[in-house]
Amino acid sequence: MYVIKALLSRKLSALGLFIISAIILAAIFAPLITPYPPELQLFEGLTLEGAPLPPNTQFWLGTDLLGRDLFSRLVYGAQTSLIIGVIANGAAITIGTIVGIIAGFYRGIVGAILMRFTDLMMAFPALLLAIVLAAIFTPSLWIVAMVIAMVNWVQVARVIYSETVSLAERDFIVAERSLGASHFRILLKHIAPHLIYSTIVFGTLGISTTVLLEATLSFLGVGVQPPTPSWGNIIFENQTYFATAPWLVFLPGLGIVSLALGFNLVGDALREILDPTMKGKH
Amino acid sequence: MLSHVIRRLFEAMLILLGITIVTYMLLYLFPADPVRQIAGRSATPETVNNIRHQLGLDLPVYEQYWRYLTSLLQGDFGRSYIQKTEVAQLIWSRLPASLLLMVAAISVELFLGLTMGVISAVKRNSSVDNSLMVVSFVGVSAPQFVVGILLLYVFAVQLGWFPIGGYGDAKHLVLPALTLGLLGSGWYARMMRSSMLNVLEQDFIRTARAKGVSKFRVILRHAVPNALLPIIAMIGIDIGIFMSGIVVVESVFGWPGIGQLAWQAIQRVDIPIIMGVTLVAACSIVIGNFLADIIALFVDPRIKLK
Repeated sequence: MYVIKALLSRKLSALGLFIISAIILAAIFAPLITPYPPELQLFEGLTLEGAPLPPNTQFWLGTDLLGRDLFSRLVYGAQTSLIIGVIANGAAITIGTIVGIIAGFYRGIVGAILMRFTDLMMAFPALLLAIVLAAIFTPSLWIVAMVIAMVNWVQVARVIYSETVSLAERDFIVAERSLGASHFRILLKHIAPHLIYSTIVFGTLGISTTVLLEATLSFLGVGVQPPTPSWGNIIFENQTYFATAPWLVFLPGLGIVSLALGFNLVGDALREILDPTMKGKH
Repeated sequence: MLSHVIRRLFEAMLILLGITIVTYMLLYLFPADPVRQIAGRSATPETVNNIRHQLGLDLPVYEQYWRYLTSLLQGDFGRSYIQKTEVAQLIWSRLPASLLLMVAAISVELFLGLTMGVISAVKRNSSVDNSLMVVSFVGVSAPQFVVGILLLYVFAVQLGWFPIGGYGDAKHLVLPALTLGLLGSGWYARMMRSSMLNVLEQDFIRTARAKGVSKFRVILRHAVPNALLPIIAMIGIDIGIFMSGIVVVESVFGWPGIGQLAWQAIQRVDIPIIMGVTLVAACSIVIGNFLADIIALFVDPRIKLK
């Protein structure tokens, strides 16, 4: 409750929270608020010459090259972005946290191997690696989410690793060890709770990265496959017509920017709210 | 100091070796059979086996990897299945265009980002600071292809100031470099702001002010150089982000660099080219980080003491 209040009291994070809630609500109630099914090609959705329609009273945001209602496609596209954002990011955070905690707590050979592997994965450009992985496994919604998770866990692992290392050296952990507590108990009862805040911050900021990566993969044609609408693949399908039908590119673009911005604003505010040492700074 | 450089060099070499192992594993995982792609559909089983043998694909995995590694070291990245040319040659011919774009984009983002960061920090919590930070937030939240197409729409289609795409004179360079630079600058602005705030709190800044040095001079001569130190490491990391960015931006603008080469290869599932570009990109990231580390060592004497 305190966190929500703090988020609402700052202009930027309140804006972020508003954007995120609006998009989530639209995605949940998609069948109720969309006037047409997203994949329905309408005869009246094209001009007699077969060109898409600009925004008008019947089609609020215009239609695409196949005469489908853009508003309906955008709302269902929000579902795609959010589902992938939550699944991919959840998986990335889980993998990153497990790798980071194990490497940071046990150190030694296991830790060294895990962290060198993390360093190695960091050397690969995220997008190219995701493209290669997406090309190996034929992309579906789940595969795209897993590919993104396989690329994005690395940063989380690094942060959780260094936090665990510094926690493990603190006196209360040393005391707990000398009392004979099992490794499992120390990890679960004393280290994990301290990492929750970083996980929340990363979980929020990470959704923004995930949304951008999904959009980019779909834009390049190796992400979510049409006819399933995703903001990235709507732009992919229509990009060659950006000069004559700009709404088909810029409205989905606006969706991507808003969602990523929303999570960035909230994540950044959470970082300050949840970190007591940042109080009064910046 | 020398031992530090040698140790970092050794680590970089190990990572490079690791990169070749991972790329080889990925290559091995590809479901598409390269032999079938080369031989074509109507090939007899004997021809297929012959090609498989010629390519060494009937050897055990570790021997295949060894062959892959030794040919890489001789500059042989394999042949493209579809274009039937040497991958190394293709990458080599595309590299200058990408490097040109990289230099231009990094100059734009450093100039814009650092200026924004310094102004924000100096005018901390003012309306200027707040608006600059909102701009930088939008910068880190916008995908490159959306901004690229937007710039094309406004400045090429509507205003006609720049060509719609392609490669040639300085005019062609402006929009792609701006796309990468504008977005990257948001990131640098945020980093520079917090780095400046840290420096401005320190005693030597107060001392300089107390001595009567003008505020402008304190910022430019005392604060900025110190705040720049952590930024050097950022440039190393930035090369990685850049390597992802060029795939998108070069395909939007039809810029003939290695990013576009990779994008065309994705469309045709031309695996050797995708792997070649990934390998080159990963290597440049390792080299970039290594150089950033060494430069930081020379510029910041405090690191030597640690």
